[in-house]
Parts: sequence; C-alpha cells; structure tokens
Amino acid sequence: MAAGVATWLPFARAAAVGWLPLAKKTMPKPPVDKKSRNDEILFVNVSGLRFQTWKNTLDRYPDTLLGSSEKEFFYNEDTQEYFFDRDPEMFRHILNFYRTGKLHYPRQECIQAFDEELAFYGIVPDIIGDCCMEEYRDRKKENQERLAEDTEAENATDTPLPPHSTSRERLWRAFENPHTSTMALVFYYVTGFFIAVSVIANVVETVPCRPPKGSKKDLPCGEKYTLAFFCMDTACVLIFTFEYLMRLFAAPSRCKFMRSVMSVIDVVAIMPYYIGLVMPENEDVSGAFVTLRVFRVFRIFKFSRHSQGLRILGYTLKSCASELGFLLFSLTMAIIIFATVMFYAEKGTKGTNFTSIPASFWYTIVTMTTLGYGDMVPNTIAGKIFGSICSLSGVLVIALPVPVIVSNFSRIYHQNQRADKMRAQQKVRLARIRLAKKGTTNAFLQYKEEGGFQGRGSDNALCLKNRSSFEHQHHHLLHCLEKTTNHEFTDELTFSEMCMTESVGYRTSRSTSISSQQGVATSCCPRRAKRRAIRLANSTVSVSRGSVQELDTLQVHKTSAGPQSRSSLNARTEDLKLNCEDRDFTAAIISIPTPPANTPDESLPPSPAIPGILRNSRPTSFTHETVKISSL
Amino acid sequence: MSSCRKRCKRELLKFAQYLFRFITGTLNADSVEDELELSAARHRPEALEQLEAQTRFSRKELQILYRGFKNECPSGVVNEDTFKEIYSQFFPQGDASTYAHFLFDAFDTDHNGSVSFEDFVMGLSILLRGTVQEKLNWAFNLYDINKDGYVTKEEMLDIIKSIYDMMGKCTYPTLKEETPRQHVEIFFQKMDKNRDGVVTIDEFIDCCQNDENIMKSMQLFENVI
Repeated sequence: MAAGVATWLPFARAAAVGWLPLAKKTMPKPPVDKKSRNDEILFVNVSGLRFQTWKNTLDRYPDTLLGSSEKEFFYNEDTQEYFFDRDPEMFRHILNFYRTGKLHYPRQECIQAFDEELAFYGIVPDIIGDCCMEEYRDRKKENQERLAEDTEAENATDTPLPPHSTSRERLWRAFENPHTSTMALVFYYVTGFFIAVSVIANVVETVPCRPPKGSKKDLPCGEKYTLAFFCMDTACVLIFTFEYLMRLFAAPSRCKFMRSVMSVIDVVAIMPYYIGLVMPENEDVSGAFVTLRVFRVFRIFKFSRHSQGLRILGYTLKSCASELGFLLFSLTMAIIIFATVMFYAEKGTKGTNFTSIPASFWYTIVTMTTLGYGDMVPNTIAGKIFGSICSLSGVLVIALPVPVIVSNFSRIYHQNQRADKMRAQQKVRLARIRLAKKGTTNAFLQYKEEGGFQGRGSDNALCLKNRSSFEHQHHHLLHCLEKTTNHEFTDELTFSEMCMTESVGYRTSRSTSISSQQGVATSCCPRRAKRRAIRLANSTVSVSRGSVQELDTLQVHKTSAGPQSRSSLNARTEDLKLNCEDRDFTAAIISIPTPPANTPDESLPPSPAIPGILRNSRPTSFTHETVKISSL
Repeated sequence: MSSCRKRCKRELLKFAQYLFRFITGTLNADSVEDELELSAARHRPEALEQLEAQTRFSRKELQILYRGFKNECPSGVVNEDTFKEIYSQFFPQGDASTYAHFLFDAFDTDHNGSVSFEDFVMGLSILLRGTVQEKLNWAFNLYDINKDGYVTKEEMLDIIKSIYDMMGKCTYPTLKEETPRQHVEIFFQKMDKNRDGVVTIDEFIDCCQNDENIMKSMQLFENVI
C-alpha cells in the first residue's frame, strides 16, 4: 500500500459508522488489538550514528525491513536500540523515505552502493520519486553499459548462432550482420560495388561522347554504346533482384519486411528496368518511360544499408519533420505575400516578367534565399522598394528558424528519449499499482477463506500468519462493507466464470435472440459480451450427442459434490477435484446448445449447479489447483 | 454557498486584472498575487488545549493524530481530490470516489471546500467516542446530502449506489441493477414510519434505537484509535 495510508485507516474505519444503519447483515467483530496504542521513539544506531524516530513512522511501510518484525533481529537488548552495521550516510536517505514517503537518490553516491543498501533494507528502487528518477536511471544505465563494455571487450567475438537454426535464419542473420561470415561479407561488398557501378553508369550515360563518324551532333554516351550500357544495367538489376528475393525469403516476417523503407527502395530501384522491358517501343509511352528511368537514381539510397551515417541523417530528418514543416509553411506564407505585392506593383510595366502571381513566386524565392539570378527584376520604384523589403525579410525568415531547428532538434531528441522512459516508467508504475491492488484483494480473500473473520482466538493463530494489525483492521473494514451490502468480494477469475455460466443459464431458459443475450451479458460482463455475441451468431444451434453428454457430466459433478452450504464448500477444498483438460470456456458455451423452448425445466438445473461448483474454484485457485470445465 | 461566491469574486478579479494588463501591455506581473494566494492555503490548527476541550481525545492521542495528519498534508488541509484518493486506496476493487465525496461533505462542517485538522478531529471524536445519539446524528447528516433535515429516496439511492460502487464489479452474487433500489425500499420501509416518503432525524433515531442489531454494532469501532 502507498505511503501514509496506515495513518488514514482509523479514519476510514470510523467513517464506516455511516454504513451501520444500512447494513443488511450483522457486522463482524473487530480484530483485537493487544498492543498499546501509545507511540514511542525508537533508537536506531547505524555504525555509531544514532537516529531516532517514531515507531509509527517506520510502521508505514510494513513490507520493508524496518517496518516489519524483521528489525527485531537487529535489536540490541543491552543498549535498547536497533543496531545496523551499514553505511550511516546512506541510512539518512533511507530514513527520509519513511518520513516523507519519497525516496531520493543522493547524487554523490555510487549507484551500486545505493542499490545494495536499498536491497538490504527491502526497499524497491521503483519508489524513487520523479525528481531523482531520471538521474537514477541514467546513472544505472551508464553503469550497466560500462560493465557490459568490459565484458564485451573480453570476448570480442560475436555471439554464436543458436545451435539448431534453420538455413533461413542463418541467411537472415548473414544479411543483417555481414561480418559474421566471410560469405556474407563477400556478398555485402559485391552488392556495394554493383550499386556504385550502377549509379556511375547512370551518370556517365548522359555525358556527351564524341559523335560517331558522319554526324555533327554530340551524342550522349548512353546512345552511342547502347549495348554496353544495357548489359551493365541488366547485370546490376539481376544482382539487385537476386538480393531482394533472397532477403524476402529469409525475412522472419515477410509482411513487415515488405513494408520497411529499405525494401521499398529496393523495389523502386529495380522496377524501372522491368517496366522498360515489357513496355513496347512506342513513341507515346516512351515519354513516361523516360521519367521512370529517373527512379533508377534511387539506387543510391541502397547505400544507406552500407552506411551508418546515412541512416542517422535519415532519422534526424524524420524526427525534425515538424520543425522543417514549420519553416516551409512560414516561407510559403512569405512567398505568397511578396509575390502578390510584386505582381501588383509591376503590373503596369510594359513587357514585364511578372506576368502572374505564380510567375512572381520564382522571383520571390530567388530573392528571399538571396540567390538573385537576375532573370526577373522589378522596374517600378514601388517594385524596387518591395523587392528590397523582400530580400531583407528573406534573410530573417530563413536565418531565424535554422538555429531554432537545430536547438529544437536536440531538445526534442532528448525529450523523446525522456518521454519514452517516462512512458515505460508509468506503465511499470501502473502495473505495480494494479498488482498491489490485486494483492490486497487476494490477501483479503485468503483471510476470509482461512476463517479469519470468525474471531477464533489462539487455535487459529498458526493459520493467520504474521499479518500486521494494519491488515487485520483493513480486512475487518472490507468485511463490514460486505455485510452492509450482502455481497461478497471475489477475484476476477471466479467472477468471469460466474458471468459465463449465468449467461448460459439465461440462454437455456429463454429462446435465443442475440439482442436479449447481449442485454443480459452486457450487464455483467461487457468485455466478454461482444465476443460471445459474435460467437453465438456464428454457431449452429443444434443438439448434438456430445453436448448433451456435456450437460450430463456437469450434472454428475453436482451430485458428487452433494448438497453443501457455502461454508462447508470452503472447508473441503481438497476433496473436490474436477477432472479437467483444457480451459476453453467459450467453446463450452457454444457446444451447450439451446434446447427447444418447450423444455426449460431440464435446462434449469445445470445453472444452479454450476455456481456451486464454481464456488470451489476460488479457494482451489489459492491452493494452486486450477479448476477447469472440460470442453468438447 | 459562500465558498462559491468567494471563488466567483476571485475569478472576476483575476479576469479584470488580466484585461487591464493586456491593454496596457505589461508582461508577467502576476507572480506576486499567486504567491499570496498560495500562502493563504496554509492552515494552522487551534491550540492543543482547545482541541482537547472540544473533542474527547486525550492529549497524546491528539498528538499522534496530528503528526500523522500533518505528514500527509503539510499544508494543514485536505482538499476533496486528495480525500478521494486516500479513501480509494482502501477499496481497491471498486470506485470509492462517490462515497468519498459524500464523506467529505459530512466532514467539512463549515463547507469551505477543505477539511482542516479541526474538522477531521471533531468528526473522529463523534464517530469514535460519541454517544449513540451523536453517532446516529452524524450518520443522518451523511445521508442528508443537501442538509435540509430530510432524507429523500433519491438521496438514499445515491448513497447506497455509492456504497455498492465500492464493492466493484467482481462480487458474489453479481450486482444487479435493481439491488440498490431494493435496498432503499427496505430501508424506507423500516425507517419511514409515517409513510411520507422522507425520513426525518427523529424517525431515524427512533428506529435505530429500537433496532438491536444497529445498537450493538455502534460499539464496534470504539477502539480504533
């Protein structure tokens, strides 16, 4: 339980007076508290440094060393104090945790020493407050990395493959880490070479070569040595296709692989060639074909598999996208404004270049980026004035966002890291809270089952293990609530089982209409109702031999259990062992069919039986025997 | 009611200040007012002797209570959200916030939106050390949501629904829609003697005093502190 809750328990119990007039049943007796209620000051001596604190302070966290009876092991009768032979400086922080409820990490201490102290005193490091959590995590990770580096330096070889990996796994591994085997390395370099060759060929084939004999015009090399270039292109594309198919085959998850960026680049790099092959030598489509050849330049992006730096650059751009977007947006706004102004300013001039606003865009961009080609110049005075304003503002608009982007990028990058860490931390915290809640509930149910509330005294002392008085009182409070409402707490497992059988009972007692089924089911288990409704819609309602058998076996179980009251069910947990195979509850529902509506009577008995049987599952789940209903 | 009006006035003042600053163009000059506001929220309780006289706790018990209270709420007052959070921790399976809201209203006797140590200790004194009459009085005050001296069926339904909410979903037998309503009917049948649809404080106290179970259970929480 969280900090300081123990302080409020008396208040919560006092507030229970409000339930007394409403109670449906009589309230249970309160637990007897033999200890004296007075608070006392404890002395804790840690290696000579004496600390004093109230006993209540330490009792706040009953699952740590100082809060539980474990500290009695360290009690020194001669000096009437608790003596710990540990670091006194660290103990100050530990004690502050009890006092304030927040654990702080002292920045000057070694992380490992701190961790050891926490482990000794039984404190979980997750409780460290938000103020110090980041520092703690960073230091811990740094420490771990440092230790990992040392061990890695010792064994410099890569981890060997698991012994029985298939050839497919080996192939994938070879592709991902080329330096694992020589074959992979050779393949890696060969593909790199061919990428380079392909890119160079693309570039060179547009360079004008000397014209062949008998013609004046300069010809690009591509058209002069068509065959040579075609052969080179074919060779490259063959290698790339082969590589792509191999990767596709070796990928552990083909869908995911096909959606990854690198595979898209691969496909885009080789598609133009194949499209060119199948395309006829037609004048109309060759224009489109030419544009396709542009995509061959994407082969250069295949280098990013070979270069770490390119990958980092790509990631940088991706993470900085919003800033770049903002820059683009503000530039666009400025361009539109100035283009409009320039157009209207230059409208009167004869023979002007500013024929339309989109035509003025070019002038604005060239001026704002301080390029100044000079192909479009304003002639009017107003145009010149606005032109100069445009160029001045261009410097500002471009120069200002860039450092902002740079610093933003660094900030966002760190923030992302921090946000991810916080999210993970939050998840862990929520999971811990949920676990604690479940633990409380389980403790309460166990307490009930062990007959704790019957108020027996010493003969039950062994069963009620070392439960603190806090827990006794808390359980008493929960028990009072149960008596007020005349309902009992159960755990999720039992509840979901009961939900299902209740809906079965309803199902067999009425003629099915999915909507009414849903209506009943949603009232008790909204989560399972949808699934069940879908399944019901799909199942064929037919009475099969086996399913009737199922009903009979359930009936049999009921009779073997015999007529029982609830309390005796609690007692005889070991006697009742239902034979069970696998737990497919929903299958059981489907297979128990709807008998025709004219036999409601014989279908009713199973339903009261089932809660009786299921009632056992709760206690047995605590003795770690899972009770399952056999399915067809 | 008065707290609402006070808050409204405060908000209006802040808005006027903001407008003024917006027109005149001053930057951030609002930190001073905020700090003043913050310091007003700190609360110091009455002297120990006075509390000793007003409640039925001994000096030592008051000391223990205050130390615990102050540790949890260093500012000296509990506001409703903290109250709900604390109370919810005792009932992990259900939703205790509605009932905690009613409890908060019952403890906050001067209705200023926060429970100070005096409120807390006076309430506890009644609940733990009070006479049966006082305890029943307190319970009636809890049920009477609008504090008009009558408990109607709707008020009772709200209270009982909030209690059932605390049980949560996973109960045996499963909670049905009409269970709270039935519970209200049972209660009114018992308590409402003249069948006028409301329960007054006298009817309530009379009925409870005649009910043996209730009287016995009132002694239950005597030794909580």
